[in-house]
Amino acid sequence: MIGAESPDSDISNRDPASRIGTARNPFRIALSLRMETFTSPARHPRRRTEVLAGARDSLPMLLGAAPFGLIFGTLAGPSGLSPAGAMAMSLFVFAGSSQFIALTLLASGTGLMVILLTTFVVNLRHALYSATLLPHVAGLRQRWRIPLAFWLTDETFAVVQLRYGAPDLSPHKHWYYLGSCLSMYGNWLFWTLAGVMLGRSVPRLEHLGLEFAMAATFTGIVVPMLRNRPMLGAALGAAAVALAAHGLPYKLGLMLAALAGVTIGVVLEELS
Amino acid sequence: MNRHEVALIAGMTAVTFLVRYAFFALGERVAFPPLARRALRYVPAAVLTAIVVPMVLLPDGAHWQLDWRNAWLLGALATGLIAWRFNHLLAAIGGGMAVFFLFRWMIG
Repeated sequence: MIGAESPDSDISNRDPASRIGTARNPFRIALSLRMETFTSPARHPRRRTEVLAGARDSLPMLLGAAPFGLIFGTLAGPSGLSPAGAMAMSLFVFAGSSQFIALTLLASGTGLMVILLTTFVVNLRHALYSATLLPHVAGLRQRWRIPLAFWLTDETFAVVQLRYGAPDLSPHKHWYYLGSCLSMYGNWLFWTLAGVMLGRSVPRLEHLGLEFAMAATFTGIVVPMLRNRPMLGAALGAAAVALAAHGLPYKLGLMLAALAGVTIGVVLEELS
Repeated sequence: MNRHEVALIAGMTAVTFLVRYAFFALGERVAFPPLARRALRYVPAAVLTAIVVPMVLLPDGAHWQLDWRNAWLLGALATGLIAWRFNHLLAAIGGGMAVFFLFRWMIG
């Protein structure tokens, strides 16, 4: 798993040729080859390896998103959205929270402009994600940046920022990003379709607690980051504001919490 | 799909994509000032924590649940401890989910 190996954990295995073909752990490969990265670009994890790693690291979050996709598909009809409309929304909008909020607003007869404005506010956090990832994708062509932006979600941001932070200098990290995107997208479409087709006769999937997989992934990613005071302060501040403001609608509490956390981090960094 | 649905989905698609793409569109033409760059380093820890903590402490979305019967809290604590001690993400997720499902099963 990403960030799992310390840089020297693989020092005894210096036979890259025997491992490069295996898709098992590209980061171990990448880390073990750190010294050679500049002279031998061909030895970076291959594109396919990165794609598979991105999909694999998103796996817990595919589980976590499944109940939401299913419930969205199930609720679409009763909220007044046609089956084709529900599928089109997952296909083109691809943003879970705003899709749910759109259903709620549709059901209450809210007008188009209000729904669009709400969508904008709910999705504002994605601008923070893309600003954070920008330095890593700025060198890519538009034909990469457009789909990678379209597919940017909370889940993909979580694993991709970790991959970009890994110490290896692989030039193929955007393929990892793509792998995470494709798995999340396919998963969302599949569960939306399942919800639309099953209608009300939903299995127990939504009561299994699979949503916890997302919480576990985010927790597992965040905790190792908290090794200095500014990072810890940023996380604690964000948590406090998120709890205090959780009653605010449209994910505004999340935006406030993010801004508070970032501010606290920078201030503590200044002071230290 | 009627005309209203097409307009709704087209509008939501445009709004969502533009928010996600605005910074990516700039590519190498934008360079953040040093303060902004430092600030952005705190985005992952701040945002992911802000998403997780309310999920874990208010599992039903409205009420605090700060006791041992909260499977979300126990699962997240297990995940955090494993991640902190072993710095191994997959083990942390797997261990946390094991604790979570075990407790849900035990509590019934």
